[in-house]
Amino acid sequence: MITLQWLYVLTGAMFAAFAVLSARDRSNRKRFGNAVFWALVATSFWFGDYLGDLGNGILVLAIVAVAGAHFVGRGETLSTSIEQRVEFARRLGSKLFLPALIIPITAFFGTLLFNYTPLKDTGLIDPKATTLVLLGIGVLIALGVCYAWLRPPALAPVDEGRRLMDSIGWAGILPQMLAALGAVFAAAGVGNIIGGIAGAVIPSGSVFLAVVLYAVGMALFTIIMGNAFAAFPVMVAAIGVPILVHGAGADPAVIGAVGMLSGFCGTLLTPMAANFNIVPAALLELKDQYGVIRMQVATAIPLFVCNILILYFAGYAWAH
Amino acid sequence: MTYLPLIGIALVVAGFALRFNPLLVVAVAAVATGLLAGLPFVKVLATLGKSFNDNRYVSIIWIVLPVIGVLERYGLQQQARTLIGRMRGATTGRILLAYLGFRQIFAALGLTSVAGHPQTVRPLVAPMAEAAAEKEHGELDEDTREKVKALSAATDNVGLFFGEDIFIAIGSILLIQGSMAGFGIELTPLHLSLWAIPTAICAFFIHGTRLLLFDRKLGRSR
Repeated sequence: MITLQWLYVLTGAMFAAFAVLSARDRSNRKRFGNAVFWALVATSFWFGDYLGDLGNGILVLAIVAVAGAHFVGRGETLSTSIEQRVEFARRLGSKLFLPALIIPITAFFGTLLFNYTPLKDTGLIDPKATTLVLLGIGVLIALGVCYAWLRPPALAPVDEGRRLMDSIGWAGILPQMLAALGAVFAAAGVGNIIGGIAGAVIPSGSVFLAVVLYAVGMALFTIIMGNAFAAFPVMVAAIGVPILVHGAGADPAVIGAVGMLSGFCGTLLTPMAANFNIVPAALLELKDQYGVIRMQVATAIPLFVCNILILYFAGYAWAH
Repeated sequence: MTYLPLIGIALVVAGFALRFNPLLVVAVAAVATGLLAGLPFVKVLATLGKSFNDNRYVSIIWIVLPVIGVLERYGLQQQARTLIGRMRGATTGRILLAYLGFRQIFAALGLTSVAGHPQTVRPLVAPMAEAAAEKEHGELDEDTREKVKALSAATDNVGLFFGEDIFIAIGSILLIQGSMAGFGIELTPLHLSLWAIPTAICAFFIHGTRLLLFDRKLGRSR
């Protein structure tokens, strides 16, 4: 069976290759810092399951030390100049999109094919990781097509991938790091503390105010944790179920579904949701690391107000 | 109950605000929070390490970079611009509006990894949105170019967040169901996903309106 393990080996190999090529990039003043950084990430992908929890913790500290000491940088040179790229594009035309589309198409039709045919029972792919595994297969197919069609130098994909990865830098593993922070917050009981505070400030009598507090708490706690999943159980236990569902008789489906979506409005506003808000800023080479968040404020706030209205009217007022 | 672990949250907020390296901020906050809650240092480190290892799948997405990189070497972004240059009536707002709809619908079908910042926004959506702005309004200044790119990324997020909950087997729906079941409230995933639809429609109209207004703003700024 193809499991996540296979993908970890593949991803580890890619990061190991990034490390080697980083060390050779003379246009990067910090090339050895980059090499060490990607080598540590490769170590995590290849050997993480054999290091033990404490070993992984030490690995995390090492990764953080390299990034925190500003040892990670980026090179300057482009492989082909902009003029050459314009010329390539003129010659190759829109067929250039095809290899890029192979990845989502493989993931899309592959997932459908796998989930809705007897293939599901063959045990070929771990059902918990179907789309990710198919994404990986799509990448390999697309690479094969690129080699056969464009005939790039043998190391070009790794070198180009490394260039993009270096432009993202440490931000590339920030999402994984924040997930780890969430686990420590949970172990330290941060959720219970916040739930306790939220439950204590609730006014009695006004269902509308309770709804507002529920949604605001969900969004604020999501902003702090970077993840609505961490906020949801806490706010449901503090306000959602005891005060809204049991106390006021609100519809639990609305309280649950729209409560979560109120949290998602918070996700749009926080640098803690790094993979959505900080990583793209790096990936698109924005000057302002909070540029994506700034663009989301004017959608998140009106949408949050809509959520409060849906919670109140569909969840409570119209149901009575 | 002690409020001491909340100092960890304050550290995160302060660290991000002062723009220290975020990896460093997060590690310091994690260790501080654990210690303030009375956990031994070794235990904090082990918790951090275990969760980092368990969450490696979050970083798998980077395996698309070699493909995107090699296509960019051969002019993928330039071709995306050329294509938009030929299309009549293609504006930044309309392109992003179409992408918003596409992203919401695919996410609602459970196909969240079909698009994303590395897979679609960097190689295709952002260059197309930029090219459309340039076609209508000429060479963009630095600030406007940044805004167009940031809006492309924001559109992907809005489409994903407010589409995925309509799919019945997504993690968040299962979490809602599980949390409610803990209080003896039985809900079906279908019932929950139906209640994700009103917000999804609001998201499309609110963000969509902003996208179309952005076109006007681009026009006015010259």
